[in-house]
Amino acid sequence: MKPKHPSQAGTFESSDVIVLIEPLEIGSGRKIEIESIVKLQYGDNLKNVVNEMLDQYVLTDIHIILKDKGALEPVVKARLETAILRSIDRQNQ
Amino acid sequence: MLYIPGNNPAMLQQGGVYGADSLLLDLEDAVALNQKDAARILLRNLMQSIDFYDAEVCVRINHLSTPFGLADLEAIVPLQPHAIRYPKTESAEELMALIQIIERIEDEHNLPHDQMEVHAMIETALGVQNVFSIAGCSPRVGALTIGGQDLTADMNIVYTPDGAGIDFARKRIVMAAKAWKIDVIDTVFPDINDEEGLIKETEYAKKIGFTGKAVINPRQIDVIHEVYTPTDEEIRKAYKIVKEFLVNREAGIGVFAIDGKMIDAPVVARAQYILDLANVTVEI
Repeated sequence: MKPKHPSQAGTFESSDVIVLIEPLEIGSGRKIEIESIVKLQYGDNLKNVVNEMLDQYVLTDIHIILKDKGALEPVVKARLETAILRSIDRQNQ
Repeated sequence: MLYIPGNNPAMLQQGGVYGADSLLLDLEDAVALNQKDAARILLRNLMQSIDFYDAEVCVRINHLSTPFGLADLEAIVPLQPHAIRYPKTESAEELMALIQIIERIEDEHNLPHDQMEVHAMIETALGVQNVFSIAGCSPRVGALTIGGQDLTADMNIVYTPDGAGIDFARKRIVMAAKAWKIDVIDTVFPDINDEEGLIKETEYAKKIGFTGKAVINPRQIDVIHEVYTPTDEEIRKAYKIVKEFLVNREAGIGVFAIDGKMIDAPVVARAQYILDLANVTVEI
């Protein structure tokens, strides 16, 4: 499955993360970009969290950008889930 | 009771450190209409991973007449916070409808029906009129709260620091809570820079029977605790009364005197209430 349209969730506030999603051409796969104030320590972990969430929703052909301001993992997961649901028009579920 | 906006990760994470007795995690007025989905998911995740220490956690959901209320319940009820707060409650019937949905969700998750309370927020003239039946409609109703800002808006009057416009509502809501032996929480004091005004309003709320007060800023917590905490002298007097009562009860005496003043059941009950607030136990 691929996103139906671009979406975003989260904020640039401290302890939060902003997630941006845009659909890619079929067959493009996943393109994940992460900017984080803790990228050196937690960059790999953030990438794993993104991939697990995309696996859960069976999403490919997606460009996803995370701009992290030190969000805890449950916050990252919440913002990812929100952005994904918005991108597939399921935000009211 | 400290209000915390439901879509603010930093404030939610720190909620437990301010020393409030309870936290109101807000999915309603504090969250923009286009962020309701984000707040619901964020709150669901953080409630499962953040330690709020000793604070009771209550969640204010959106009204069931909005597109968000039912989704809020589906996300939050399985987490069983201390209470669900229902905004703009206007009748016993609508509160019972809410409780039916809560219990349907609890059944789906094999949860008991007797752990989580429902708190009715009274913030319309109709809610004030029906508050006695609202308070008594279910044993799950654990508290009433008054929403001063919305109530004045509903009454088409201006909220003033002296609270004149909502004084009748305050007293009627307190009386309904007392009739059903449940808690009753006063509205917020909106001017966070007016400490004197906050003290005055909190003292008044305590005097007419409110058991607590909502705050919008952590700076207001200590002020309210100061007003509600019994003084050393009050605790000493209460201790003496309750201790004498227990000694006399052992001897089969119901009414007695301390320093020339008659002590009977209502005086003992008041003294015991002060000791409960101070966490003091009397042993003989």
